Amino acid sequence: MTVRSMIETIRLTLEDEMARDERVMVLGEDVGTQGGVFRATEGLKARFGADRVVDTPVAEAGIIGASIGLATAGMVPVAELQFLGFAHQAFHQIGFQLARFRYRTLGRFPLQVTIRAPYGGAVHAPELHSDAFEGMLANAPGLKIVAPSTAADARGLLTSAIRDPDPVLYLEPLRGYRLVRDEVPDDEHLVPIGTARIARPGRDVTVLAWSFQVVNALEAAEAAAEEGIEVEVVDVRSLVPLDETTIAESVSRTGRCVVVEEAPRTAGFGAELTSTVQELCFLDLEAPIARLAGWDTPYPMPLLEKDYIPGTARILDAVRRTVAF
Amino acid sequence: MEPLQLLAPDGTLTGDVPDGLDEDRLVGMMRLMLLGRRLDQKAIALQRRGKLGTYAPLSGQEAASVGSSFAMDPDVDHLVPQYREQLAMLHWGLPLGTYLLQRYGHPRGAELPEHRRLYPQQVALAAHAPHATGLAWGLRLRGERAAVICHFGDGASSEGDAHEAMNLAGVTGAPVIFVIQNNGWAISVPLHLQTRGVIARRADGVGIAGERVDGNDVLAMYAATRRARARALDGGGATLIEAVTYRLGAHTTADDPTKYVDADELEDARTRDPLTRYRTWLTGAGLWDEAREEAAVAWIDETVDEAVRVFDAAGPVDPGAMFDHVYADEPPRLARQRAEYLAALGGGA
Repeated sequence: MTVRSMIETIRLTLEDEMARDERVMVLGEDVGTQGGVFRATEGLKARFGADRVVDTPVAEAGIIGASIGLATAGMVPVAELQFLGFAHQAFHQIGFQLARFRYRTLGRFPLQVTIRAPYGGAVHAPELHSDAFEGMLANAPGLKIVAPSTAADARGLLTSAIRDPDPVLYLEPLRGYRLVRDEVPDDEHLVPIGTARIARPGRDVTVLAWSFQVVNALEAAEAAAEEGIEVEVVDVRSLVPLDETTIAESVSRTGRCVVVEEAPRTAGFGAELTSTVQELCFLDLEAPIARLAGWDTPYPMPLLEKDYIPGTARILDAVRRTVAF
Repeated sequence: MEPLQLLAPDGTLTGDVPDGLDEDRLVGMMRLMLLGRRLDQKAIALQRRGKLGTYAPLSGQEAASVGSSFAMDPDVDHLVPQYREQLAMLHWGLPLGTYLLQRYGHPRGAELPEHRRLYPQQVALAAHAPHATGLAWGLRLRGERAAVICHFGDGASSEGDAHEAMNLAGVTGAPVIFVIQNNGWAISVPLHLQTRGVIARRADGVGIAGERVDGNDVLAMYAATRRARARALDGGGATLIEAVTYRLGAHTTADDPTKYVDADELEDARTRDPLTRYRTWLTGAGLWDEAREEAAVAWIDETVDEAVRVFDAAGPVDPGAMFDHVYADEPPRLARQRAEYLAALGGGA
């Protein structure tokens, strides 16, 4: 075990997977000589060469579309989208080509493709760099979506994603790239896709979150503990497939649930979680399920973003209200 | 940019017969082109009787499809087709019965040959073009000596994906051939509203080879594609071939072209019919006659009848097919939905 930052862990995991399997290649904008705008691919081109670490033209649909072709040729592409916000320009290739290729070919053309994308706000980024629209792509069956909140999970989920026989969208929290640091296994580490993680056990209320909101939820839980409220934080970490078992077991035990996400509230993935918990835990619920999300506005100018994203204070407030109900 | 032409519209040979075409293959091209024309008639009739869903006829574009396909090696090369490439798909070994099942909407119509050199037909315009580039690039990275051919139309050429695919092919040196079937129409929109440029010239903009070819001349299409394939295999990279042709029929069976196609223009296009032109030359060369035509028609009718028999024998749809092949391993949430669906059908979980 070594304490590492999330970005360092992602770089290390890519290097390990490329060393393990010569079919694995990295492609995207600025991933080669520069090593990525966040340095997630630093040093990879020097070690593995320009054929396996490829600076592509600035063309997101082309990057994802070509990854589909590369996979059918027997490569294992790990495509980087510089920001998830730019994935809009590849939306049809991700949601409607990549995701359903296995289905529309009756399994003849499975696609072992990973898309890495930094996302989420609170880093004072320019317009269209901060949006969290994972919910739009969760609506595209055939695609898996994971979003780690710890460096250890970043390693475990990225390894699993690259080896998964199906396409995986791997979301990296921009805010957590250097802020998140924890003990990471030095050797091969896999976290099964489709499993949630109890990030902090507690008996009074369950908070469901993923990516950087888990960090905020843990902070809120710490504050709540001082008031005598024991919060259980469940890191959903795999949106598709969803670990309904862990989620339902937790909420049935605590009887209360707060769902947190960064996306605009209407049709955010949190709505899916809320509906699932309501279906699976109805008779155990002691209070209405509380939802926290971004407001139903476009992502605001950076000076307002701290009031847009549900932070620790709003989570703590929702926890108090839900427990007092 | 004058299109390459080896056969004048009256069937006169104006150049040399390209290398690689012996008598069997010259005749084979005629037979496949004829099959295309008759398949249109039969498929439209089946659609009118409610046996097929929407069908996209290919009449007028037989030479562009067949000439470009014959220049490739289906035992080695890969085909990434758009939906009007029935003939190319058949050439790559797709059973006609499977093709008809696809048009009927039967899940088994999605079956592809085991050899995996045939991609599924693409319906989203030009979305398959980056796939073709990636596939060709990957073949090169894997050290396989093979090329990829990808067809789409003049309408699809306006899509961003078409540009992204051709540009990426340029920088990666991918051994891919884009055949743009410029048939004059994108459903009801004529070419001059689609672009004011010469499509083949776009190759210059992305640094790949470009050729403009008379798409109604099967020998010219064959020659240009054969050259492009040699370039691809020799490390010379990608080629864009603009096949200048004309869509003689409707966009699909859901379309009524009499609303927007000028009758005189259509009559004029018929004078450049690719079948008539090739038949005339082939007959003059002593390789075709009435007996051969009759034998070909009999073979086609038997092929189509056999396909319809396969189609009729496909049986009812397995309801569970709705849930098959979404993922390698069915997630619990999806398994529950499958059980819910089957239970509602009375089939139990």
